[in-house]
Amino acid sequence: MRVAFVVNGEEREAEVWEGESLLFTLREHLGLPGSKNACEQGECGSCSVLLDGRLVCACLVLAAQADGHDILTVEGLGDGDGGLHPVQEAFAAAGAVQCGFCTPGLVVAVADLLQRVPDPSDDEIREALSGNLCRCTGYAKIFDAVRMTAAS
Amino acid sequence: MSAPVRRLELGRVGESVRRVDAIPKVTGEFAYASDLFAAGMLYGHTVRSPHAAARVKRVDISDARGMPGVHAVLTHKDVPGEKRYGLEFPDQPVLAIDDVRYFGEPVALVAAEHPEQARRAAARIKVDYIPQQPVTDPERARDAVRELTIRHGNPEQAAEITVEGVYELGIQDQAFLGPESGLAVPDGKGGIDIYVATQWLHVDRDQVAPCLGLDPEQVRIHLAGVGGAFGGREDLSMQIHGALLALRTNRPVKMVYSREESFAGHVHRHPAKIWAEHRADREGKLINVRMRILLDGGAYASSSTAVCSNAASFACGPYSVPNALIECTAVFTNNPPCGAMRGFGAVQTCFAAEAQMDKLARVLELDPVEIRLRNALGPGDVLPTGQRIDGSLPVAEVIRRCAALQEPEPEELPRDPIRLPGGAGNTTRGDGVRRGTGFALGFKNICYSEGFDDYCAARVRLYSDAGGELVAEIHSAAAEVGQGVTNVMVQVARTELPEVSDVVLAPHTTAAVGSAGSSSASRQTWMTAGAVRAACLAVRDELERGGGSLAPGEEIDIERVYRHRQTTPLDPKTGQLTGDRAHVAFACAAMKVVVEVDVDLGLTRVVWIGTAQDVGRAMNPQAVFGQIEGGTAQGLGLALMEELQTRDGVITNASFTDYLIPTALDMPPVTAELVEEPEPDAPYGAKGVGEPPTVVSTAAIVAALRNATGLELARVPVRPDDIVGL
Repeated sequence: MRVAFVVNGEEREAEVWEGESLLFTLREHLGLPGSKNACEQGECGSCSVLLDGRLVCACLVLAAQADGHDILTVEGLGDGDGGLHPVQEAFAAAGAVQCGFCTPGLVVAVADLLQRVPDPSDDEIREALSGNLCRCTGYAKIFDAVRMTAAS
Repeated sequence: MSAPVRRLELGRVGESVRRVDAIPKVTGEFAYASDLFAAGMLYGHTVRSPHAAARVKRVDISDARGMPGVHAVLTHKDVPGEKRYGLEFPDQPVLAIDDVRYFGEPVALVAAEHPEQARRAAARIKVDYIPQQPVTDPERARDAVRELTIRHGNPEQAAEITVEGVYELGIQDQAFLGPESGLAVPDGKGGIDIYVATQWLHVDRDQVAPCLGLDPEQVRIHLAGVGGAFGGREDLSMQIHGALLALRTNRPVKMVYSREESFAGHVHRHPAKIWAEHRADREGKLINVRMRILLDGGAYASSSTAVCSNAASFACGPYSVPNALIECTAVFTNNPPCGAMRGFGAVQTCFAAEAQMDKLARVLELDPVEIRLRNALGPGDVLPTGQRIDGSLPVAEVIRRCAALQEPEPEELPRDPIRLPGGAGNTTRGDGVRRGTGFALGFKNICYSEGFDDYCAARVRLYSDAGGELVAEIHSAAAEVGQGVTNVMVQVARTELPEVSDVVLAPHTTAAVGSAGSSSASRQTWMTAGAVRAACLAVRDELERGGGSLAPGEEIDIERVYRHRQTTPLDPKTGQLTGDRAHVAFACAAMKVVVEVDVDLGLTRVVWIGTAQDVGRAMNPQAVFGQIEGGTAQGLGLALMEELQTRDGVITNASFTDYLIPTALDMPPVTAELVEEPEPDAPYGAKGVGEPPTVVSTAAIVAALRNATGLELARVPVRPDDIVGL
C-alpha cells in the first residue's frame, strides 16, 4: 500500500507492506535510520519520534496509521541549517554518548520533556526518561545533559 | 551526579575530550550495522532450533524456495568450506548438521526481498527434529570444557576461624541495544566484504574465510557502527550466514536480528555455583581460601577456557592469601552458550569472595573496611598462582579512598514515593523500609592471559595537504564499541605529533592494517595507545630524518605492532605459573553502597553508590567516569533484576519486557574517585577501566542488602521472594 506523511517538514511517500511499522518505513524506505531498532516492542525508547507533536515509539505505530500525519525524527531536530538542537549539543558536551544507540531516542525524549517542563526536577527527569533504556552510561551523564540544557 | 568535566579543547592524553563520534551520534547520522543499505540488497533471516537438544533428521526447504520474493534457502549442505567455527575451538556448526545442542541454534537461512517474505518462507521450512533430553543441570554435565585447580601453599592448612557459603549467579545477558546486524556484499570476484558490528575484525575474518572456502584476503571485514558489545560480540553472529547468502545470490544481503533473536544469538555471562570456605586467624588475616567453582558453559566452548582461568585466578580477591585450593570447572550443557561478558569470570568469584569476607568480619566483629585493609594485596605480594605483583596495584589506597567517601544522610519521611522502594508503584510510605550499607572490593586482570600472543597493530600515514599543512591519518582495526578507543587514538597522535595540524581516522578494516586484537579484557586502550604511539614515533623519526617537513604530495606511511609483556599458561595440574607471569597486569576497585529495602514486599532501592577505582592513569577522564557509571549499572542489573530464564534449556524471557535492565529510575547517583598510580609497563601508565566497576558492584550492592535485612542472600539476582522469605 501507499502511505504519505510529512516527515521533518517534508512531504514523503512510500510503498509499504500493510503490516510494516512506521519505524521500518522510516529506516528502510525513507533513508532515515536515525530512529533506532533496539527492541521493536516499545520497551526501549530508541525509536522515539514525535507524531503530531506527541512522543511515541515508532515501532508501535504502523506506517499505515501514520498516513496523513506529521512526524519529527531525530534527523529533523536541528535548526535545518546544520545547527544542532541544544539537547544534542548538551549530550555531546556532557559525555552522555557512548555507543550512542539509545541517543537519538533520548535526545527526542529530552527535547519533548524540556518543551513541556522547561526546568524539571531530578525526579521528573528520571521518571520522564525511564522509558528510554541505555546500556552504556548508567544515565548519570544523560541527566547532566538534561540539566545543562535546562540551565542554558 | 558525576565529576566535573575537564577542558575539551586540546585533546591530548589525560584531557577530557569530546567524543570523535559524538556529533554524528546525536544527530542520527552515525551508521550502525543495522542502518546499512546497498542498492538491490536482500534481507537475510536465520531459522533457529526451538529445542535445546534434538537430532535433526531432515531439513526440507522445497516449499520455502518457491515463496514470493525468496532468492535463496540454505542449509549446512551449502557451506562450501569448514562446517564448524569457534573463537578458541572450531566446535560450532555454521548451520546444524545432524543435531542441535541449544535453543536458538541456527539451522537454515533465507534471503528475500522483504524481511517479512523471509520470515514467511522460514516458517515453511520443515525440520524433522527428534527431541532429546537436554542436559540443563551443570552438576550433572558429562563433559568439561576445562578443569583448573590452583594449589597454593598448604591447601589443608587449618585456622582458628572458618566461614562457609554456597553462592549462585544466574545467567546475565549483555543486552547491548544495537542488535546483531551486518551487510555482506559480494565483490564480483568470488570474495566478500562484510560490514558488521563486532569486537575484533581480524579474528572474525579468520573464522569466516575457512567456512566460505576462501583465502583470508578474499574476506574483508569492515567495522560498522557498534551499538554496545560488553563481550557479546566476540563470537560470530551473522558474519558467515550473511556472506553465504550474498555469495549464493550475488546480491548484497543485510541481516538484522530482532531482540528476541538477539537473546539466543550471542553468548552470555556464565551462570555459576560456588562453594567457598575461608579460614582466618583471630586478627582477621586470611590463612586459607578453599573454593570450588562450577561454570555452566552451555552448548559450545566459546571462550569458556579463559573464563575458567579468570574465575580461578581472581577467586581470592585482591588479598594476600598464604594457602589456597581453588578448583574451577567449566562444563558443557544444553543451556544457552556462555562466553565473554564484561568482568569475564571475575564477577562470579567476586560475589562469593566478598560475601565470605563480610562473614569473617561479622564473626570477628571487625568493620568490613578494616578486614579488607588487613588483607590487602600490595606490590611484591604473591598471588595464589605464584605470580608476584610487580606493577601498580594500590589496593589499600583504593579501599581508603572509597571508605572516606561521605554517604548521604537518610532522607526524611514523608517523601515522594519515587524515592522509596517500589517507586512509582507507590507501595509504601516508608513503613517497613530499612536502610543498609555495603562495601566490596573487585579485582581483575588487564589484557589477555596465559601465553596468548596478544599484539596490536596501527598504521600512521603522514602527508602534507593542499595547503601545506601536515595531516596524520590513523589506520587501526581496533573496534570502537562505545568505550571511546577512537578518542584514544586521536589523543595519542595529538600528543606524539604536536606538529600536525589535523588528525584523521581512516575506516576500521582488515583491508588496510594488521590486527588490533579484541576490544575486550580491558585491553584495547592500553594496546591501541601502544601501537599508535609506536607508529607516531616512527613517523616522527622519519620526518626528522627528512628535515622536518613534507612537500605537498609527499607522505610517510608506517605500520607498527605493539606487544605487552609475554605471559605463559598456568600448569594444568597445579595452577601455578610456568614462567614469570600468567596475567599482564591487574586493576582493582572498591565500592560503597547505600540501599533501602521494603522488607514487607521485598522491594529495593539503591540510594547511593560511592567508588574508588585503580585506573593507572586516566587517558580521558570524562570517558573513564562514563565507564565507571555504566559498568556499575550492569553490576546493579545482575544484583537486582537481570537473569535469563530457561525451562528445559529454552529461553523464556527473551525480551526487554521480561528481561529487565536498569532504567533511569533504578540508577542512583554514583560518586567516583580515580586512583591514579601509573602502570609501569602500560603506555602512558593507563590501565583499562571498563571491567572493575562491573566486577565489584554486584557484590557491593548485595552486601548492602544483607546489611539492611540480615539475610544471607547467596544468590543473584536477589528477588523480592528472597527478601520476604517466600
